[in-house]
Amino acid sequence: MQRRKFLAATGSTLAAGAIGSLVPGAARAAASLWQPGELAAGAAASAVLEALPGKAALIKRSYRAPNYETPINYFDTPFTPNNAFFVRYHLSNIPKVDVRAWRLKIGGAGADKPYELDMTALQRDFEHVELAALCLCSGNRRGMFQPHVQGVEWGVGAMGNARWKGVRLRDVLKKAGVKSGAIEVAFNGADGPALPATADFIKSIPVDKALHEDTLIAWEMNGKPLPHFNGFPARVIVPGWTGTYWMKHVVDIDVRTSPQGGFWMNPAYRLPTGRFPKADPFPTQQNPTNTPITDIVISSLVTSIHDGARVHVGQTVDVSGVAWDGGRGVRDVQVSTDAGQTWQAAKLGRDFGRYSFRQFSYRFKAAKEGVYLVMVKATNLRGDTQVMELVHNPAGYHHNVVERIQVEAV
Amino acid sequence: MKNILIAIALAAACGTTFAAEKDFKLKQAPGVDKVQVNCSACHSLDYIQLNSPFLDRKGWDATVTKMIKALGAPVKAEDIPAIVDYLATNYGKQ
Repeated sequence: MQRRKFLAATGSTLAAGAIGSLVPGAARAAASLWQPGELAAGAAASAVLEALPGKAALIKRSYRAPNYETPINYFDTPFTPNNAFFVRYHLSNIPKVDVRAWRLKIGGAGADKPYELDMTALQRDFEHVELAALCLCSGNRRGMFQPHVQGVEWGVGAMGNARWKGVRLRDVLKKAGVKSGAIEVAFNGADGPALPATADFIKSIPVDKALHEDTLIAWEMNGKPLPHFNGFPARVIVPGWTGTYWMKHVVDIDVRTSPQGGFWMNPAYRLPTGRFPKADPFPTQQNPTNTPITDIVISSLVTSIHDGARVHVGQTVDVSGVAWDGGRGVRDVQVSTDAGQTWQAAKLGRDFGRYSFRQFSYRFKAAKEGVYLVMVKATNLRGDTQVMELVHNPAGYHHNVVERIQVEAV
Repeated sequence: MKNILIAIALAAACGTTFAAEKDFKLKQAPGVDKVQVNCSACHSLDYIQLNSPFLDRKGWDATVTKMIKALGAPVKAEDIPAIVDYLATNYGKQ
């Protein structure tokens, strides 16, 4: 039926990768089933490494709809390989789209001249753009919420950074003639629900975000066609905003003069109004109780060491990984090895643009026997910084708590 | 069983391969048949273990209600207590 790969799970946090330490770097080449300790027992127990067709072995969270998380070792590089890029669907009716038959309809009450594009026209009629951007699931790290909340219990890997190539959504919309009364632009993909009674997954963004020069319709990631499970043949790229708006298999663009309704706009993907005061606004969807999630909050992930790592006394410990935010750009990454008493700046890697992962690295010598509590805190150019305590919310979004990683020198 | 068959037929029709879904087994306990029939029409049953064991009875009741009212799951009213009972007893916060 389908080829499956089960790789040996590393299981123990000790084995999963103290770099330059007891475990050589080469041992980390295979996909790692390392999972954060905060996950609920059922979430940890139901995870397996498994490959969907066309994909590498990823951490299975649910089979149908397919939700597969990128293992942490793939975040050692600034760009996430296509075959290891996380997979996230709400609905399980996912057709294999034939690119020759694929059509993109652009219309709606806010469009003067509705029209249709095939792939040849999309690629021929508009200027090509390539942009590095992080696609991050709103619920990344939901599984680490305390208290736990219901949903897909993601660990740290419901995210991926890629170079997206396509055309500006703005150019495609302008050809349709956006009316002055347009307030939102909604997207629908070829995928749908298993049963007709379930709401189709339709998402809208504010018209000004749709007309932003960095919002794209992309057919390529990292120089290759989109994998089926990442939206082949074309998906929407909304840099800086969470993945819920990055419609996969996009087939319909609706320029709207009224707010988009439906389950996936409300009550889904909502935050309590005011809980994240610096978030980008979505004026036509906000209400006194709740507001749609919008831009990605500042965060970081340490990939070189995991909680519980052991090193030899005198050894140099590498604290490195990736940092990101919602498009302001990462200003700095600070590292503490003494439980937050003192902080030092990590070295930042190459800047691939304000929507991209930014690598960081810091080295310290574990001079004395005992436990080092390593903490990493990223700050963006607006001054937003990672939180020390979780900002809890019922749907489990925006987890950006500073990691606490115990390293024992023995 | 009919719903399971519909789900399998849909999966086949969609051309989507749903991997090792059948390898996942729910705990065998009273009510498991009703859970299998009703829940697997739309999603694999591993979602249940994934969301455990932190929902109390109220939490599982709210989840089942959401599936029916917000997401259109065609669950017969008389099956609801057995489903909630199974989930709370076998995958609930004790």
